[in-house]
Amino acid sequence: MVPTSYHLILSGILFTIGVTGVLLRRNIIIIFMSIELMLNAVNLSFVALARHFGNMDGQIIVFFVMSVAAAEVAVGLAIILLVFRGRETVNVDELNLMRW
Amino acid sequence: MDMTLPAVNWLSVLPTLLLSVTGMLALFWDIWMKDDERSLLGWLSLTGIVVTALCSWLLWGQNDVESFSGMFALDAYAVFFHLVFCLVAGLTVLMSLTYLETAEIRHGEYYALILFATVGMTVMAAATDLILIFLGLETMSIAVYVLAGIWRQHLTSHEAALKYFLLGAFASGFLLYGIALIYGATGSVQLGPIAEHVGAQGSSPLLLIGMGLLIVGFGFKVAAVPFHVWTPDVYQGSPTTVTAFMAVGVKAAAFAAFARIFLHTLGAVHTDWQGILWVVAALTMTVGNITALVQHNIKRMLAYSSIAHAGYLLVAMVAGKELGGAALMYYLVAYGLMNLGAFGVVVAVGRKGEPHEELDDYAGLGFRHPALGMAMTVFMLSLTGVPPLVGFTGKFYIFSAAVQAGYIWLAIIGVLNSVVSAYYYIRVVVNMYMREGEAIVELPSLRSALGAAILIAAIGTVLMGVFPSASMSWAGASFLSLG
Repeated sequence: MVPTSYHLILSGILFTIGVTGVLLRRNIIIIFMSIELMLNAVNLSFVALARHFGNMDGQIIVFFVMSVAAAEVAVGLAIILLVFRGRETVNVDELNLMRW
Repeated sequence: MDMTLPAVNWLSVLPTLLLSVTGMLALFWDIWMKDDERSLLGWLSLTGIVVTALCSWLLWGQNDVESFSGMFALDAYAVFFHLVFCLVAGLTVLMSLTYLETAEIRHGEYYALILFATVGMTVMAAATDLILIFLGLETMSIAVYVLAGIWRQHLTSHEAALKYFLLGAFASGFLLYGIALIYGATGSVQLGPIAEHVGAQGSSPLLLIGMGLLIVGFGFKVAAVPFHVWTPDVYQGSPTTVTAFMAVGVKAAAFAAFARIFLHTLGAVHTDWQGILWVVAALTMTVGNITALVQHNIKRMLAYSSIAHAGYLLVAMVAGKELGGAALMYYLVAYGLMNLGAFGVVVAVGRKGEPHEELDDYAGLGFRHPALGMAMTVFMLSLTGVPPLVGFTGKFYIFSAAVQAGYIWLAIIGVLNSVVSAYYYIRVVVNMYMREGEAIVELPSLRSALGAAILIAAIGTVLMGVFPSASMSWAGASFLSLG
């Protein structure tokens, strides 16, 4: 049996990759994918911890997180589409209409 | 296998249900509605909000028990915040009735989204389970992402929605990871068992990292430095009424959950998180106020001012205990009234096709529109913290709580910051009364829903400042219901 700490370390690494992706990449779609990676890394932690504690809480939470992520995708892609129609770009650096 | 249905206390979700039903009614009614009848949706929403507020008011202190197996509690603390959210949503709807005409936003779902966001807020305030808090936060946030981008004709609104969405989703990732680690450290996601575990065993490295991630997640939502970079762009680009709703409602909801978790559940290990929050509070006040000094756009200035106010609210969190908690709740109401009022005036000054958001557009306003100028002066002085207005009493309670808890330096930094903030708030007043501006042709009549909203905010700002003790003791009693 794989120890729980291995799962937690893997989930930590995946989460860090997600955060790095959000901070370094400039393409909106890739940033969005990195955010999804962060959420799924957390899901892995929840499932591993649920098995570790032997209670169902963690597993049920994952279902909620997945449905929230789906709702976020629906709204997020619509917003990205709206921006693309107006500006014809998916590069965050070019979205600079407001400056002081 | 025997299945038993859990005991469900329907009364505790009654306000949330009322808001949801009104939201759905508004959504459905919109389908059969002609374009020029849309304001009826606003009045429907307002009715729903007022009924919810009355119903919450009656439930204050009546229902201090947990329901849904310890996931939800409509205690006095939650009822207090329900009333704050109803006030914020109600004033936003009143302002929108005029604003949507001027801004030419003709989407019927606008009011439904405001109501659904409020539903999320009520869940955040009453949830006693980390996952339910997360769900409430997302219900609120997703509705507000859409609202930020609802001004389809303006590219700035698209940009605001995108920035808010990306950074909001990024922040919820941190919040969720924090919840996972706290679950790992304590074996539960319910606040009661977590508090017991933390009280008995103290902190552990896993719990510390979890708390840190929760602070990052909530820090984004309340716009605390260094997680504030999205705020000015989002506030400037969104439709003004939505900005007001975000600046006040979203911040109050985030603080409701933030304070319940940290002041109550994690109160036993307060030495572990107070240091970090001290630094964040000091930075937030200073950066917010200093950057606001150089702004020319009034919405951007109010955005930095809202960052600074998040800093004052964090001072109350650091002070903690009954005094700090009550001061936090009192100041959230104060901040809500004066900020909604200020945004109401920004709405009133804007006209079709011309937002009139630069500070120069306020030149001479005090002479041409005495009532509007007077109201704006009240809000600006209150935001500065001039007695006897509510901003002064709120700051007084916060800083005295900080001093009594032994955080004298934090209180000194806060007071110095208030002095700095006077420069940019008073500049608006100076612009209105001491400079000649071009003639402003027409403003929406103040005998409208918008005028009513500004009037309510102004009366609240003055009355709560002159007679602070009733609302303060009410906030204190509500905070004590946390146990």
